[in-house]
Amino acid sequence: MPIGLLKYGLARRYPARRQFPPERPLKPVYDIVIIGAGGHGLAAAYYLAKQWGLRNVCVLDKGWIAGGNTGRNTAIVRANYLTPEGVRFYAESVALFRELSQELDFNILYSERGHLTLAHTDAALRTARWRAEVNKHLGVSSELIGVDEIRRLCPVLNLSEEARYPVLGALYHPPGAIARHDAIAWGYARAAADMGVELHQHTEVTGIRRQGDRVVGVETNRGVISCARALQAVAGSSSRLAALAGFRLPIVTVPLQACVSQPLQPFLDPIVVSASLHCYVSQTPRGELVMGGAVDGYPLYQQRSTLDFKETLMSDLLELFPFLSEVKVLRQWAGIADMTPDFSPVMGETPLANYYIDAGWGTWGFKATPVCGKRMAETLATGAVPDLLRPFALQRFDSFRQLGERGAAAVGH
Amino acid sequence: MKLIPCPLNGLRNAEEFVCGGEVQPEPDASQLSAADWAQHVFHRDNRAGLVREWWLHVPSGYWFIAERDTLSDRFLRSYPASELFAKRTPVGPAEPGDR
Ligand SMILES: Cc1cc2nc3c(=O)[nH]c(=O)nc-3n(C[C@H](O)[C@H](O)[C@H](O)COP(=O)(O)OP(=O)(O)OC[C@H]3O[C@@H](n4cnc5c(N)ncnc54)[C@H](O)[C@@H]3O)c2cc1C
Repeated sequence: MPIGLLKYGLARRYPARRQFPPERPLKPVYDIVIIGAGGHGLAAAYYLAKQWGLRNVCVLDKGWIAGGNTGRNTAIVRANYLTPEGVRFYAESVALFRELSQELDFNILYSERGHLTLAHTDAALRTARWRAEVNKHLGVSSELIGVDEIRRLCPVLNLSEEARYPVLGALYHPPGAIARHDAIAWGYARAAADMGVELHQHTEVTGIRRQGDRVVGVETNRGVISCARALQAVAGSSSRLAALAGFRLPIVTVPLQACVSQPLQPFLDPIVVSASLHCYVSQTPRGELVMGGAVDGYPLYQQRSTLDFKETLMSDLLELFPFLSEVKVLRQWAGIADMTPDFSPVMGETPLANYYIDAGWGTWGFKATPVCGKRMAETLATGAVPDLLRPFALQRFDSFRQLGERGAAAVGH
Repeated sequence: MKLIPCPLNGLRNAEEFVCGGEVQPEPDASQLSAADWAQHVFHRDNRAGLVREWWLHVPSGYWFIAERDTLSDRFLRSYPASELFAKRTPVGPAEPGDR
């Protein structure tokens, strides 16, 4: 690396490296077809090639790489969930995230900031303590802290007792981080393509061909391809794909919106979240404030932005940071979140024997990208669902074994 | 602010409403297997396109049916639930003394 860098620095011309190979025609047969080139689909492709030597793999997307929720999220990574199953799973993801820039040779701008979940009510304090104890028990760093400690970590926060909803305490999670979301997808895509995985953008899956309880191929706008196994990782479109495959999901698709401010001097180190006020904020390395809230009020397959969202979000955020009232909003956007009733994802087997699912990521799936890709790849390669994923099976709803993460995932991040 | 048509109150702000989810056939509780219950309670069509749903106008406590397009975010029609449900689903014990 250093010698390469030196050569590059001394060169007269700087040839830009082509990130992805030019698109080829679709082959008639693949070992594995992955539907959806978001972070999840691309990560699965990468680990299939890297860890399992499976390279006759293609990733199809009806749009472009990371054009879905992967390129629209607020990029918060943390492991301070509520259920032991969730904490274990997200902790493995945080560990993978920390090494990802090295692993992919692609700077994902991973920045550990610490994550504060503010409590404004006794109920919120109780949930915070509960989460802290579950986290610590499983080796994840989390602590319930009081107002003095919050003031030390985030002096700019409005901690006045005169506030409409005074802050009583917070769950503090030091490993909480942000990263550059596009870079995760591009890094995985490039590394997977280098190993021979094919990426096909503007290739929409329009049908799933079945024989009995097996998938034999997928229909696309560019023709039909056969495959031995398939994975759907299409977030907001999960129910549409499942309908093509012939089953229903415990999922509704609801827009989730976010926005960023104009860039400001660095003043906000930790990520600050308030579940009671339904808002959260972090400051990027560029100085922009990234702000978001809860999902929209009703199901919709549309990535539109609304004024209502901005108004309600700002009225809550200004409770926490009143001095931001003059700051301008620069951009606003939305993604479509695949919400499950228990706020946990759906991973693993489906009613079809060789068709796998990675869905139900709602407002919380960016942080799971590496672990989900790695473990879904294991599932596809071996045909056996790893223990880490078993609690998240689609089947849990039929046996009434939901995995309630509401206390940890209700605000959109 | 988006406006939603309510059969009782006319066009009102979207904030005054809560979506109650897809209208689905009421199952016969005494005949249902656990898996069928799970289908009824958790699983959804979640269709992209035309849907028929329960909606509640919160300030007046009025439940009604709305048909809308989840791709275009347009409300096409809303009407009283009595248009769809001719008879009431009994709640509680069917006969006095039947506990
Ligand atoms: C505003 C917002 C903020 C968020 N903030 C956070 C956060 O801070 N932290 C966090 O952990 N999570 C967050 N999330 C959630 C997170 O973004 C998602 O859960 C995650 O990115 C899902 O990744 P994915 O790869 O599964 O899906 P996506 O990135 O959505 O990729 C799915 C792909 O499938 C493609 N597709 C769909 N249908 C078809 C078809 N028929 N054929 C071919 N391709 C198809 C789409 O074009 C899309 O590219 C947020 C989400 C939003 C919207």
